[in-house]
Amino acid sequence: MNYLIGAFKPSCNISITFSDAKTRKQVPLKKESGQAVLVPLFQSQENISGKISIEPIQGKKIEHNGVKVELLGQIEMYFDRGNFYDFTSLVRELDVPGELYEKKTYPFEFSTVEMPYETYNGVNVRLRYVLKVTVSRGYAGSIVEYQDFVVRNYSPPPSINNSIKMEVGIEDCLHIEFEYNKSKYHLKDVIIGKIYFLLVRIKIKNMDLEIRRRESTGSGPSTHVETETLAKFELMDGAPVRGESIPIRLFLSPYELTPTHRNINNKFSVKYYLNLVLVDEEDRRYFKQQEITIYRLQETS
Amino acid sequence: MILDGIGDEEKWLAEGIAGIQHHAFYMHRALDANNLRDALKYSALMLSELRTSRLSPHKYYDLYMRAFDELRKLEMFFKDESRHGVSIVDLYELVQHAGNILPRLYLLCTVGSVYIKSKEAPAKDVLKDLVEMCRAIQHPMRGLFLRSYLSQVSRDKLPDIGSEYEGDADTVMDAVDFVLQNFTEMNKLWVRMLYQGPGRVREKHEKERSELRDLVGKNLHVLSQIEGVELELYKDTVLPRVLEQVINCKDELAQYYLMDCIIQVFPDEYHLQTLETLLAAFPQLQPTVDIKTVLSQLMERLSNYAASSTDVLPEFLQVEAFSKLSSAIGRVIESQIDMPIVGSISLYVSLLTFTLRVHPDRLDYVDQVLGACVKKLSGTTKLEDNRAIKQVVALLSAPLEKYDDIVTALTLSNYPRVMDHLDNGTNKVMAVVIIQSIMKNNSCISTADKVEVLFELIKGLIKDLDCTSADELDEEDFGEEQNSVARLIHMLYNDDPEEMLKILCTVKKHIMSGGPKRLPFTVPPLILSALKLVRRLQGQDGEVVGEEMPATPKKIFQILNQTIEALSSVPSPELALRLYLECAEAANDCDLEPVAYEFFTQAFVLYEEEVADSKAQVTAIHLIIGTLQRMNVFGVENRDTLTHKATGYSAKLLKKPDQCRAVYACSHLFWVDDQDGVKDGERVLLCLKRALRIANAAQQMASVTRGSSGPVTLFVEILNKYLYFFEKGNPQITSAAIQGLVELIKTEMQSDSTNVSPAPDAFFSSTLRYIQFQKQKGGVMGEKYAPIKV
Repeated sequence: MNYLIGAFKPSCNISITFSDAKTRKQVPLKKESGQAVLVPLFQSQENISGKISIEPIQGKKIEHNGVKVELLGQIEMYFDRGNFYDFTSLVRELDVPGELYEKKTYPFEFSTVEMPYETYNGVNVRLRYVLKVTVSRGYAGSIVEYQDFVVRNYSPPPSINNSIKMEVGIEDCLHIEFEYNKSKYHLKDVIIGKIYFLLVRIKIKNMDLEIRRRESTGSGPSTHVETETLAKFELMDGAPVRGESIPIRLFLSPYELTPTHRNINNKFSVKYYLNLVLVDEEDRRYFKQQEITIYRLQETS
Repeated sequence: MILDGIGDEEKWLAEGIAGIQHHAFYMHRALDANNLRDALKYSALMLSELRTSRLSPHKYYDLYMRAFDELRKLEMFFKDESRHGVSIVDLYELVQHAGNILPRLYLLCTVGSVYIKSKEAPAKDVLKDLVEMCRAIQHPMRGLFLRSYLSQVSRDKLPDIGSEYEGDADTVMDAVDFVLQNFTEMNKLWVRMLYQGPGRVREKHEKERSELRDLVGKNLHVLSQIEGVELELYKDTVLPRVLEQVINCKDELAQYYLMDCIIQVFPDEYHLQTLETLLAAFPQLQPTVDIKTVLSQLMERLSNYAASSTDVLPEFLQVEAFSKLSSAIGRVIESQIDMPIVGSISLYVSLLTFTLRVHPDRLDYVDQVLGACVKKLSGTTKLEDNRAIKQVVALLSAPLEKYDDIVTALTLSNYPRVMDHLDNGTNKVMAVVIIQSIMKNNSCISTADKVEVLFELIKGLIKDLDCTSADELDEEDFGEEQNSVARLIHMLYNDDPEEMLKILCTVKKHIMSGGPKRLPFTVPPLILSALKLVRRLQGQDGEVVGEEMPATPKKIFQILNQTIEALSSVPSPELALRLYLECAEAANDCDLEPVAYEFFTQAFVLYEEEVADSKAQVTAIHLIIGTLQRMNVFGVENRDTLTHKATGYSAKLLKKPDQCRAVYACSHLFWVDDQDGVKDGERVLLCLKRALRIANAAQQMASVTRGSSGPVTLFVEILNKYLYFFEKGNPQITSAAIQGLVELIKTEMQSDSTNVSPAPDAFFSSTLRYIQFQKQKGGVMGEKYAPIKV
């Protein structure tokens, strides 16, 4: 009986610690179980270093065919769950085949790692970074330990950032002109703008501004698109008349946004849209969708 | 269905209140726990109750007030940074995360007010932001309440002069801009309410709208309360911008209310100085706006202002208030073609009132107003609208009330022209008012010209203006009117006989056209007035020689003769007769024998030809006798003729007693108790004897017809005549004759014991007592009476 239990228990404890774990910023990451755990935050070109200690369970020895640590960047499509596509894979061999009798610690370092994509948890796709420690064994199966970490990449403010200005309408029914002050917003930005009513022949009940995320996965005919409305922000109450201009001021900070991702490794894209919706008294909806680009601005603090 | 609606509304209100209370409870808990996150969450939920569209403004107000109270608590919390630990700037952002616009904006205003108080940002920036953001509420009622809330919380935080929020960056101009903008937006929302909903609920909407008007008007009140709004600022910025909004909104209700508001909330002094701008706005308002009321209010305020202190009067002159108002009214009337006539006239009434109060010395202004009114009226024929007529009457009465002296009104050339536009009835009423005013003030009209004007004014009373039959008139009213005309005639007076004569001629000219019904009322006062003049001339006659139209009594009598003639043809013979006699007497006093004779002749002719009624005859004959008795101008021949006539008529009266009385009265014609009066004792006696005979005949007739002889009154009366002449020393009346008469009466009374009436008895016994008394008195008279035994 004891033997059996022992067989299902990992025969060693593997722990991974980052060398700057105390000072490095930690951010919450949602696990598959739904719980959020705090994990360290990196960005591209950083050195990722630390120690890995392997401690066999008391009085046991581990025979192995070598110990290695891998840094993996993986994309997992949910229709193909469990099947990871590694777009980044770096390996460090930590030990040559042999036996472990007691706790042994290995330092490791991946320097200036190229991590072009950000961690992303979407509806149909997930992009994650992970450190994978493998103690290879021939017959009993390898012992594997993972440590997730998050990657965020910062962009400088775009040099060209035009406003979005557009006149739309339904002939002889509704003509509006709207303006958003920029086309590219950072995550804590605020959308300023206005809607100018040129012609109003319908009785409008209210007007909302929605932030929509469009996640497309796959490519070619098997492309799968998922759209989520992340924010529904009421802009106006009541029926305006011709000549009215309604202000827009939408703070992005309360919403869980990510930067826009375009064609990540030919696997998926995440785009954001502002959807201006007018609802009339018969609950008909009139809307106009405009793409905006969201980027992550280096936080000064 | 409507009942249902009301019931539902109560229910919805109750639900709304419950919702507010529910969320407010959790909000309080969060506040107590200093939990900002929850406080924001529950306050937003609470404010969501205000998103309802189902309540009428009245009910919504109820809901709003409850939320308002809760927001005060929230504001206290926001103020205390130590409780929530978030800087006000961050808080200002934080509340804007709310997903629903209405709660978001209420919270924003609340935080905004704290933000201004913290002075971390210039007040004007915060205010500007708030007022701009509030544009998002386009629903009229919710928008109005939200902006009203904004106005409420910002009132004490405006960067006014002397306010703690005034600074380098914040000037009173910013405060004004803010309030004006909020006002403009609110007004737009308010006006828009009109255009919502189908026609059948339009009326309900109108009602609801007027319930909301004070929310809009409050902004103007706030403006007027800003210390820094001085005349210059008001003139250059505030007023033009407010007016611009008022004009552009093109809404009847709003324009009326707001113009009224402007007039009421800002000081009079400002109005006076900006009169031009203010007035220029009026013609641009919608044609249906009740401009007259508003303008009247303005003029009333200004005139009160003028009345408040004499120091301000120069200001009125300086700004030419009158001419500005006057031309403004002209323009309004011109531009509002559809305005009913009553509207324009009431405008003129207001202007007139203003003029009378502010420039009482400027009659030309008054005339100008009336002139304008005439011009307006000239397009139409007679007025038919009752209210318009009332206004015209008011217009015409105003100067009369103001100037105690009607004479003033008479110099207004346009006055009669306005009156021309009244219908007959009103014209009369107005005329009566004029006359009453003259009476009340006892003012004397002293020139012929004025009399001419005056009669022109009251011509409604003087003659029938058109062919409306007089039968419709109430007899009593007519009498009343004509009596007042009669009284008026007595108010026309001038010390100069020349002028007075002219006045009389003028009056005559007018009243002669009055027709048969009026003459009996109007001729007597004219005659009497003329006679008064005659009497005055009497004292100073002969002095006026060589003038073109000497006012001699003769001349006047000629006029009088014609006048009375008219009266006799009316016919009103009794009256004419009296007047003839009056004239005769006056002529007598003037020593104009032929004239007096002529009048008497006329009187007799009238008596013969026109006085048919026996009672009237009796009265007439007595009048004739009485007058004739006093005549002393007549020569013997003339007098004889007249007395003979009179006696003759007396004896021809129908009833015996009347005959008797007339005849014994005639006895006086022959005995005038003057120094050089006629003293024809014989003929006196003849008359008395004749009277006795008639009395006797009367007695007999009575006994034949009624079986008993009538009372002895006639005898006693004759006895008294005897006694009179006896005392006066008529030699023909002897004590024996008296004695005989006394005996006769006694016998008659005894024989007639069956029918003793107390009156003649008492009369007789007191006559006897008199005789007794005279006897006892002694002296000459006593001796004279001595032979008579009683």
